[in-house]
Amino acid sequence: MTKVPPKQEGDPNTTGHVWDGIEEFDNPMPRWWLWCFYLTIVWGIAYSLAYPAWPLISSATSGLLGYSTRGEVAVDIAAVESQNEGINMQLASAELTEIAGNPELEGYATSAGAAVYRTWCVQCHGSGAAGAVGYPNLLDDDWLWGGDIEAIHYTISHGIRNEEDDDARYSEMPAFGEILEPEELTSVVNYVMQLSGGTPVDAAQVDAGGEVFLDNCSACHGEEGLGDREQGAPNLADAIWLYGGDYDALIETVTYSRYGVMPPWTQRLSEAEVRAVAVYVHQLGGGE
Amino acid sequence: MSILAKHKFIETNATLLLVLSFLVVTIGGLVQITPLFYLENTIEKVEGMRPYSPLELTGRDIYIREGCYVCHSQMIRPMRDEVERYGHYSLAAESMYDHPHQWGSKRTGPDLARVGGRYSDDWHLVHLRDPQSVVPESIMPKYGFLEETLIQPEYIDELMATHQLVGVPYTDEMIEVAAADFRAQADPDSDYDEMLERYPGAQVRNFDGQPGISEADALIAYLQMLGTLVDFSTFTPDASR
Repeated sequence: MTKVPPKQEGDPNTTGHVWDGIEEFDNPMPRWWLWCFYLTIVWGIAYSLAYPAWPLISSATSGLLGYSTRGEVAVDIAAVESQNEGINMQLASAELTEIAGNPELEGYATSAGAAVYRTWCVQCHGSGAAGAVGYPNLLDDDWLWGGDIEAIHYTISHGIRNEEDDDARYSEMPAFGEILEPEELTSVVNYVMQLSGGTPVDAAQVDAGGEVFLDNCSACHGEEGLGDREQGAPNLADAIWLYGGDYDALIETVTYSRYGVMPPWTQRLSEAEVRAVAVYVHQLGGGE
Repeated sequence: MSILAKHKFIETNATLLLVLSFLVVTIGGLVQITPLFYLENTIEKVEGMRPYSPLELTGRDIYIREGCYVCHSQMIRPMRDEVERYGHYSLAAESMYDHPHQWGSKRTGPDLARVGGRYSDDWHLVHLRDPQSVVPESIMPKYGFLEETLIQPEYIDELMATHQLVGVPYTDEMIEVAAADFRAQADPDSDYDEMLERYPGAQVRNFDGQPGISEADALIAYLQMLGTLVDFSTFTPDASR
């Protein structure tokens, strides 16, 4: 058995535990540790008094600071709204065509519009506004319904082919699969491919297709296929296609037609936001 | 006997220590959990909430099966940036018929708590088929097989009975006609008035635009109703929470 060292003067008491002759000093907790511990208790009591904490009969104590998560977000939103109130009113009441001449208003509308665009428009038109199959590119000047600020504003406000807004833009190309004979259909597709500067799949059908085009398509797309913005009829004489310009895509377009939709944004956004995003889209590159 | 000496007695009697620790944890648990079941501000009733229609419930099951919750949350937190982007912050009551809730914990994709009505059915269909065709920067996998998988309301009554068991107020009548309601919601030519009475605000359409009811029909029906039941133009938030 090992020899137990004699207790020296100044040693603290032992806990009374002895293992194989080893005793354990009963040192007090370090002072700094104890004080931190007491502090957390005080903090805990103060915190539960200051913030919502203790459950009572029908509700919890609301706390001396009156904090609520809902209140906080309401205050945050109200603060930003009141900050922008003046310029938003100015934007909502300004002449659309005059916004571009007012640098302060235009700058605000462009940045606010970019924020609106990134929240509400990117899903379809893409984060870079280059569109996708079925969703128009907003960077070019190939507009279906017009590209001046007023036309863009109208399109955003009322949307396209939706049921929510009676003033929505509406064009309805017939599904020519039910109207044309199969050979008329393939010939007009070949004609349109040539018209748009592409290479028709069967050049022999182009002439016959021209006849079909004049009889069936020119009323809306124009005799030269340049389209008509009044009716939302796309220009077919360029190489820009919303649903694809290859043979199969065109056959499908002519056979079944295409009915893309866009929601009326006045029902979800304020007038100032609609105008802001109109200004943003107008300045992307294709604005007229 | 000083308090420390009494405590020493507990510390040196393992069984007593176990029993007393259990007692302390139980009291702590009860104090924290019980009030949540009766405090008025934790069980806020909200107008407009209703159980999922059979088609929506099936879509919800597909949502869970495909693990959508792994990348998409359904919980708009009460912060300005989230409210600006996703819409009104989520209310507890909006998850009241969710078993289990789909709040999620990670947003690799955007929050879907209010995705209903935000996109067209066509967009959803194209996006499920090939997400990158509409969102080039997306890393979402393709779910084109959903529109090719036709489904029947085979187990819908069992599914609804299970939800009834855990507290969703489906009536026995609702469960009885579940299969008919399931078909009615996906067919705009059907006689869907009674279905709408049972599930006010349900949207009736051929969601995927193709004949037959596919998994895409059910999933899009579910997505298009997410977050649309509560009318926030008439909702006044109780500030005490």
